[in-house]
Amino acid sequence: MEPIVKIFLIAIPLAILAGRLLPLKWVWRLPLGAAIGLGLAFLFTWLVPPGITAYLVSFAIMASIFAIFSLGLNVQWGYTGLFNIGIAGFFAIGAFTSALFTKAMPPPELAPWVKQAFGLEMPFLVGVLAAAVVSGLIALLIGIPTLKLREDYLAIATIGIAEIIRLIFQNERWLANGPQPLIGIPQPLYCLVQDPPCAWLPAPLQTLFAPLEPRDYTYIYLAIVVLFVVLIYLAIERAIRSPWGRVLRAIREEETSAAMSGKAIFAFKMQALIIGAMIMGMGGALYAHYIASIDYGHFTPLYATFIIWVMLMLGGSGNNKGAMLGAFVIWGVWMGSAFLTDWLRPLLQAISPDLPARSPYIRYLLIAVLLELILLFRPQGLLVEEKRVSKLLEEKRG
Amino acid sequence: MSPNNTVSKLASWQVGKNLLKVEKVTGGYGDMEVLHEVSIEVKEGEIVSIIGPNGAGKSTLMKMIFGLLRPWQGHISFNGREITGLEPDRIVRLGLCYVPQIENVFPSLTVQENLEMGAFILDGDITDRLERVFALFPLLKERRKQRVGKMSGGERQMVAMGRALMLDPKLLLLDEPSAGLAPKLVEMIFEKILEINKSGVALLIVEQNAKKSLELAHRGYVLANGQNRFEGTGKELLNNPDVGRLYLGG
Amino acid sequence: MKRKSNPAAAQIERRARYELGLRGLKKALGALLLAALIGLLVWAARIQGTSAELLLSLSVWGVMLGSIIALGAIGLSLVYGVLRFANFAHGDLMTVGAYAAFAIMPLLPQGAPLAPFSFGWEFLVALLLAMPIAGLVAFGADRVLYKPLRRRRSSSVILAMASLGAAFFVRSIIYLAWGADFEFYYQRPRPALELPLGVRVRPDQFFILGLALLLIFLIYLLLERTKMGKAMRATADNPELARVTGINTERVILWTWVIGGALAGAGGVMLALDSSLRPEMGWSFLLPMFAAVILGSIGNPYGALVGGLIIGVVIQVSAAFLNPAYGPGVAFLIMIIILLVRPQGIFGKPGG
Repeated sequence: MEPIVKIFLIAIPLAILAGRLLPLKWVWRLPLGAAIGLGLAFLFTWLVPPGITAYLVSFAIMASIFAIFSLGLNVQWGYTGLFNIGIAGFFAIGAFTSALFTKAMPPPELAPWVKQAFGLEMPFLVGVLAAAVVSGLIALLIGIPTLKLREDYLAIATIGIAEIIRLIFQNERWLANGPQPLIGIPQPLYCLVQDPPCAWLPAPLQTLFAPLEPRDYTYIYLAIVVLFVVLIYLAIERAIRSPWGRVLRAIREEETSAAMSGKAIFAFKMQALIIGAMIMGMGGALYAHYIASIDYGHFTPLYATFIIWVMLMLGGSGNNKGAMLGAFVIWGVWMGSAFLTDWLRPLLQAISPDLPARSPYIRYLLIAVLLELILLFRPQGLLVEEKRVSKLLEEKRG
Repeated sequence: MSPNNTVSKLASWQVGKNLLKVEKVTGGYGDMEVLHEVSIEVKEGEIVSIIGPNGAGKSTLMKMIFGLLRPWQGHISFNGREITGLEPDRIVRLGLCYVPQIENVFPSLTVQENLEMGAFILDGDITDRLERVFALFPLLKERRKQRVGKMSGGERQMVAMGRALMLDPKLLLLDEPSAGLAPKLVEMIFEKILEINKSGVALLIVEQNAKKSLELAHRGYVLANGQNRFEGTGKELLNNPDVGRLYLGG
Repeated sequence: MKRKSNPAAAQIERRARYELGLRGLKKALGALLLAALIGLLVWAARIQGTSAELLLSLSVWGVMLGSIIALGAIGLSLVYGVLRFANFAHGDLMTVGAYAAFAIMPLLPQGAPLAPFSFGWEFLVALLLAMPIAGLVAFGADRVLYKPLRRRRSSSVILAMASLGAAFFVRSIIYLAWGADFEFYYQRPRPALELPLGVRVRPDQFFILGLALLLIFLIYLLLERTKMGKAMRATADNPELARVTGINTERVILWTWVIGGALAGAGGVMLALDSSLRPEMGWSFLLPMFAAVILGSIGNPYGALVGGLIIGVVIQVSAAFLNPAYGPGVAFLIMIIILLVRPQGIFGKPGG
C-alpha cells in the first residue's frame, strides 16, 4: 500500500478536473469533486503499479508546464493575434532567471568549474516572480519596435531574440555557466521528502509526510504545478471576460473596427504581449525547478517554441481549455513517439545501420506533419473558440 | 469645350448592340449586403456613368463585374457570354478591362513596363499597341523610362488608363478616374475619356464628380443604398429635379 | 485643347522635380547614417587593437559572406513580395541545396581539383543540379501546402506558420538522412592566397564571390528584360492589380518559388563549400537574411542585394571585437535599429 499522502497529492489534480467537469452548482461541485478525486486517486494507486504511476506523474508535470506556455501563447496569439515564434527565448529567460535568483553561489572548491553571475538564494516564489518580470521586460523591448508594424515583423523579431538569448546562454560562461549545465537548482518544498521533514511543519503533518522518499518528490511538484496552472487559467479567463479582453479580440478580428486610435491599439497589444511573456517566464521557472539542471540546449526552436504552437493550434486558439488539452495531447504524442521509435528500431536498423541512432528525429518529423495537417484540415483546432461576446449580450438582454 | 457641345456631339453617335448586362445582382462582403438586385446595361460604343452617394455600392459593383467579388445572386454577361464569377485574368481576355480607383499602377515599374504588363496575356510584338497608347498620352512617351512611383497623381492615372487600353478592350471600367486630382487635371482626364470613346471603346464610369460625368455620358444610372434609383440618358438625369436635388448638389 | 493641358503638365513637372529632390536628400541622409555606422564599427575594431590589415581582410570576407546572404535574401524578398508572407523555410531551402549537392557528388566520376580551387568538375555539376532541386522542393511545398491555404484565403500569418512547419519538416528529413554531424564536400587542405595589403583569401572564396555576382547579374537580366521577370516585379508591387491586369499570378508564383529556391540552393552550396554542411546551417542564416530583406525594403530584390552586402560586412567586421558566434545577433541588432528608424527600409516609401 502506498503512503496515504501520495493518494492525497494525486487527488488534487483529479479533484480539480472532476470539479470543473461536473455539470452541477458550485455548492455541490466542491465536495463532490473532492470526493470523486480522492476516490479516483485511491483506485489509481491501488490498481496501477507504482512505477507506472510515477511515470504518469512526471508526464503530468511536463504536460502541465507546457500547458502554462500554451496558455501564455493563447493570450498573445489566440486572443490578440500576436505572432510570437520566439517562445524559446522567454522559456530560457524564465528558467535561468529563477535559477539564478534561488540558487546559491557555488562553493569555493567548485568555483573554477561552475560560474554564474549571481546566486541570491531567494525563495522559490520570488524566483518565479522574477522570471515573470524579466520575461515581461524582454517582451516590452521587442514590442516597442515591432508592434506598430505588420504582424510578421513581430514574428521575425521574436525568432531573432530567441536565437540570441540562446547564443548568450551558450557563450557567456560568467552568466550561467555557458555551455555547461547549471546544476543544483533548488526545488520548492523539497524538505517534505527529506528525513526528518521540514522543521516548520506541525508535528502531525510531519508524521504524514515522513514515509515520502526523495524519489517521491514529483508527487509534491505535481501539486505545485497544477496549482499554478489553475491560478493562471482562472486569471486569464477573468481577464478575457472583462472589457479588456473584449478589446483584445476586437483588435485581433479587425484592427480598424475597434474604433480606437493607433496609440491605444499599440498599448493593448503591448499589454497582451507582456502578459503572455510573463506567463511563459513562469513556465520557464517551473521547468527549471523541476529539471533542476538546465543548459542552453533545452531551449531549441523545436522543443521550446514549435511544439507549443502545435499544442495551441491543435487544442484551438482562443480557447483556454483547448490550449491545455492540446498541451496534454501533444506531450502525449511526443512521449508516445519515443516508444514508437523504440519499437521501430529493428525496422530502421534494416533500412540503414545509421538510422536507429537518428530515430529521435522521427519525432520532429511527426510534430511538423501534425502542424501542417491541423492547418490544412482543422484550422480551428479541437475545441472551437467560445463565443463570449454573444454570451455577454444574451446575459445583458436576459 | 462646353458641356452642351459635348452632349450634342455624342448624341449623333450610333450605339450598337448590348455589350455588358448586369441582371439583378445581389452581394457584398462577408455577410454584409452591399448591392441589392442591381441591373445595368452598357451597349457598344456607349459611355455609361454610375453616380450615387458614398457607400451606394458603386465600387463594389465594379469589383463584382470584374470577378474580384462573387455575387450571391444574379447574372453578369459580357458580349453575350456569362461571366459571373469568372477570374479576372479570364475576363480580360474577353475584352473587358478595369482601372481601379486607387493603387492602379505598379510603382516600381517604369511607364513602359506598366503598359507592357497590360498586354501580359498577348504573345508577340506589342509595339503597335504601345504606339497607340503613346499617341493618346504623348506625355507617357516622353517619360517611358521613368518609374511610376515617382510620378504625380495625374500621370499615374494616365498610366493606369493606358495600361488598361493595351488589350484594345471593347469595354473599359473606370473607377473614380478623377478622384483626388486638381481641377485642371480632371478636365484633361475627361477629355481623354472622350477621345478613348471616339476610338470605339465603350466606357462604364463610376464618378463622384457626378455632374461632369453625366454631361459626357450617353446614359447614366443613379445608385443609392445598393439599389437602382434612377436611370436615363445623361441629359435626362441632369434635368431631373430629384436627381439634381439629391445627388448633384442642387 | 493642347494648350490647355500644358499648364497642368508644367505643374506635374514641378511637383515631380520637387519630390525627386526630397527623395535625393533623404537618400543622402540615409547614406550618411550608414557611413557613420560603418565608421563606428571600424573605430570600435581599431580601439580593440585590430590591425588595418585584418580589418581589410574582414571586409573582403564580409563582401563574400554578404553575397551569399544576398542570394538567399533576393529570393526571400521576392517570395515576400509576390506571396505576401514571411517564408521561415527559406533558410532550410539553402540547406536542401547544400545537401542535394552533397548527395549527388559521390554519384559522379571524381575529377582532379581544378587548380587553384579545391573542387573538381563533379562539384560544379552537383551545384548546377542542386539549384533546380531546391527550386522544385520550394515549388512542391507550394503545391501541397501554400496553394491550398491560399485558396482558402488564409491570413499571411497562417502561411508563415505553415512555412515554419515546412522548415522543421525539411530539417528533420535531413537529420534522418545524414545525422547531426558536420560534413564536408572535400577533406583537402585549402591554403589561402596572400594578396597585397595583407589580405588572405582562399581561391574558393573568389569562386563563391564570382558565382554569386554572376547569379545576381542573371537575376537582374531576368527581372529587367524578360516578361516573366517584369510580371514578378509587378506582382510584388501589387498582387491584386496584377490579377486585374490579366497577369497569370499562379504562373508568376511558380517561377518565384523556382527562382527563389534555386538561388537559396546555390547559396547553401557556396556556404557549405566555404565552411561545412550541417542540418542547422540554413536556419542560422535566416536572421541575417531577414535583416537584409528588411534593410533593403521588403519585396525589393535590389534592396535585398544591398542589404545582404551590408549585413555581411558588418557581421564580419564585428568579429574583430566580438565573439563570432554572435554574427546573427549583430544582424538582428541592425534589423531592430532599421525597424525603429526607418521600418520601410532604405529603398521603401514611407508608409509603404
